[in-house]
Amino acid sequence: MFEILGIPSSALFGQLLIGLINGSFYALLSLGLAVIFGMLNIINFSHGAQYMLGAFAAYLLLQYSGLGYWPALVIAPLLVGATGVIVERLFLQWLYKLDHLYGLLLTFGLALIIEGVARNYFGSAGLPYIVPESLQGGRNLGFMFLPNYRAWVIVASLTICISTWFVIERTRLGAYLRAATENPTLVRAFGINVPRMITLTYGFGVALAAFAGVMAAPIYNVSPQMGSELIIVVFAVVVIGGMGSILGAIVTGFGLGVIEGMTKVFFPEASNTVIFVIMAIVLLVRPAGLFGRRG
Amino acid sequence: MIEAPTPLLAVNALQAWYGESHILHDVNFDVREGEVATLLGRNGAGKTTTLKSIMGIVGRRTGSVRFEGQELINRPSDQIARAGIAFCPEERGIFASLGVEENLLLPPVVRPGGLSLERIFELFPNLKERLGSSQGTKLSGGEQQMLAIGRILRTGARLLLLDEPTEGLAPVIIQQIGKTIRALKEQGFTILLVEQNFRFAATVADRYYVIEHGRIIDQFVNAELEANVEKLHDYLGV
Repeated sequence: MFEILGIPSSALFGQLLIGLINGSFYALLSLGLAVIFGMLNIINFSHGAQYMLGAFAAYLLLQYSGLGYWPALVIAPLLVGATGVIVERLFLQWLYKLDHLYGLLLTFGLALIIEGVARNYFGSAGLPYIVPESLQGGRNLGFMFLPNYRAWVIVASLTICISTWFVIERTRLGAYLRAATENPTLVRAFGINVPRMITLTYGFGVALAAFAGVMAAPIYNVSPQMGSELIIVVFAVVVIGGMGSILGAIVTGFGLGVIEGMTKVFFPEASNTVIFVIMAIVLLVRPAGLFGRRG
Repeated sequence: MIEAPTPLLAVNALQAWYGESHILHDVNFDVREGEVATLLGRNGAGKTTTLKSIMGIVGRRTGSVRFEGQELINRPSDQIARAGIAFCPEERGIFASLGVEENLLLPPVVRPGGLSLERIFELFPNLKERLGSSQGTKLSGGEQQMLAIGRILRTGARLLLLDEPTEGLAPVIIQQIGKTIRALKEQGFTILLVEQNFRFAATVADRYYVIEHGRIIDQFVNAELEANVEKLHDYLGV
């Protein structure tokens, strides 16, 4: 055991790990928000509820169909993503030409309904979800103990984030998405079915939230309010990174998770507020966010 | 000259609105296979709106737009593009978040028979040099115009709608665009050109339509141009 700046290394690395875990969820959720905002111009306030739905879907799949963690990791995002497609077709598609406020209010209302229904059926106490057998245990790295499941969460989140970034920034499909963000009318006049692309983008963003929810289930328990607790921080992350910036969402998500973890070590009193302090400073100095484009 | 029995594009009784304002009142004209037809008219006469109405990107439109005999008036614009019509907008529509190559490859191929990239670079050698540029909008105005035309040549569309391709460009570039349009015609493309620059139009067009207050008020072919110059100056106010 050694010390860094008077802090035992195990405590430091332990908090670093927690920071990276939280950062994994911040990054996944703010990535989904960024993708949705970029394409739909909608601030998706039901993102936290959709994350919670992902966790509940995993829980219910296990309870009623005996489907464990790995199938749930695929099925839950597909199911919740499909509800996103329905929401987009039924409600959101009518709001694109209106002020952001309408989309925000609609999705916020939706979040309240989803949470209320979940609380009605499951109560507000958390339901346990066990770590899948293949990821139980952990390994001693010498300077700290690393639970396998947590290592998996970080790797999986990074993989999904980088793949999403790659698809959007480096592929033909991504070029369609970026072009349609700029000028949907012209992209459509080239022969691309933009409305369908928008629907699927929302479905994908919602599926990302559900994926994060499934991954969170073994760590944070499954509860109706798990999303609303997290989403406030995630919105701060999005504001800091720059609304609609893919890379900004990923880097800021992980970065702020780590900063939050480190604050817990060096100045624990500020650990719950540090992200919001950073948000206030960023808003003053760079209102478009660290990675945001102006205008 | 042998003319096709039905025109490639037939526009009849076309009306169009932007919100409450009624822009096109009664537009009727044909474009025949393989020709370059030009819509001439003053600012605000309805030239751009006519192209946008054909493409299906104005608020509301009625009447008839038939392409290869198919009625397109009620189709969404992505299906109109897939029918084989390509649009090059006046503002060029180069995407800032896409590199030059991505801009060039953006419009999907809608049918076989489009130009190869090599052929496009023969027409626009500058584009090949600028291919690596990371932002399409960092090109000069002339290069952006070439990119905007070049990218719709790949798609296999047979009818190209070009909205004021010479606007704001230097004379030497206007000449290059004129050369390109003549080359495209030789390769069998049909082109509907919107122009305010009558002198430029006269170097490429086979047929002229004059539009005013949302109506086609006159038309003539290239052979009749001399006889109509006086009248045209009057229409266009030059």
